[in-house]
Amino acid sequence: MGAQLRVYKRRIRSVTATKKITKAMEMIAASRIVKAQRQVAASTPYATELTRAVTAVAGGSTTKHPLTTEAESPARAAILLITSDRGLAGGYSSNAIKAAEKLTERLRGEGKEVDTYVIGRKGVAYYGFRERKISDSWTGFTDSPTYADAKRAAAPLIEAVSKETAEGGVDELHIVFTEFVSMMTQNPVDDRMLPLSLGATEQEDGKGEILPLFDFEPSAEDVLDALLPRYVESRIYNALLQAAASEHAARRRAMKSATDNAGELIKTLSRLANAARQAEITQEISEIVGGASALADATAGSDK
Amino acid sequence: MAAELHVELVAADRSVWSGEATLVVARTTSGDIGVMPGHQPLLGVLESGPVTIRTSDGGTVVAAVHGGFISFADDKLSLLAEIAELADEIDVQRAERALERAKSDTDAASERRAEVRLRAVAAH
Repeated sequence: MGAQLRVYKRRIRSVTATKKITKAMEMIAASRIVKAQRQVAASTPYATELTRAVTAVAGGSTTKHPLTTEAESPARAAILLITSDRGLAGGYSSNAIKAAEKLTERLRGEGKEVDTYVIGRKGVAYYGFRERKISDSWTGFTDSPTYADAKRAAAPLIEAVSKETAEGGVDELHIVFTEFVSMMTQNPVDDRMLPLSLGATEQEDGKGEILPLFDFEPSAEDVLDALLPRYVESRIYNALLQAAASEHAARRRAMKSATDNAGELIKTLSRLANAARQAEITQEISEIVGGASALADATAGSDK
Repeated sequence: MAAELHVELVAADRSVWSGEATLVVARTTSGDIGVMPGHQPLLGVLESGPVTIRTSDGGTVVAAVHGGFISFADDKLSLLAEIAELADEIDVQRAERALERAKSDTDAASERRAEVRLRAVAAH
């Protein structure tokens, strides 16, 4: 076997091995999307009921709560950015990071300081590499987040919101995550969690629903006090679940195109290998023919 | 036919139980409260404790609820809890073991959780 042919054969072998790996990752991601979607669906009733309750209290009572009222001159905002722990998911993490950067820019433009909280190793690496300050970060659960993870991430945020701005608290709470629209579409979105923008929550519930006057047990303030942290946790949990589904969908798509590219490469390389083999055979034949005719010439000469 | 109310018992990550009921008893921070059809709209903070639901076919459903809310309006009642378990789902031996462990570790939170579970099973 010629040198050229051997090189082609070796490359085909290596690309085939890579293709097997990407194919496997594609199938794993595809199966996980379904699971992640199911989790999103399972968490929806809690989120809807909670949103309804929050809307009812915030809209139905005249209580002023630091978490529902807009600060007159917001000076500091917190951003919670959700990225993935692992790569090989196309532009998934970098798109989310880009959205967070854009939001940071906008908030800075409005004259607010920005504290960044990051979930996922990719985001931590991005900020670490650029030596930017992260207020807090969590890693290791972006594949399949649990409610406890959301609670863990929510705790310092809620604490920051409840603190006075002068003592290092924040006035606004934003979340940046990748929204799962469908298997093919996932959009990075930014959302303001607090203070509540009641217009938006009412629209989500469907127009025209008039909420009754509630009797609060023990009191509207206490209910709101207990309700809002749960609301933030549930929003973060929902965002984490959607982000997980998006991550798997992005990974599936990235791995699918990698598999396709590998297939394409194998095809091209086999063509080249075939051509090299054919050229080798042709050369061998012409060598034999040439040798034979030289021999014939030589014998013809000696006959004379 | 007696009036009924629709109950949704949901935990953070799943819907635990839903159905029609005639009476729901839950423990709020200011004491036990019973809700029957036609009750005034209500929103309350729940304590960790067992919730008893008397279903319209005469049965009783008991669930252990760890923190959460009760909200009632238009004969629809929702119980929201971070963690909620039906009494049938609770593993008594495991809860007892957890109680022992929590007591020896003086972990108040998990001791209360285990106690609530056992109370829910006992009330069942």
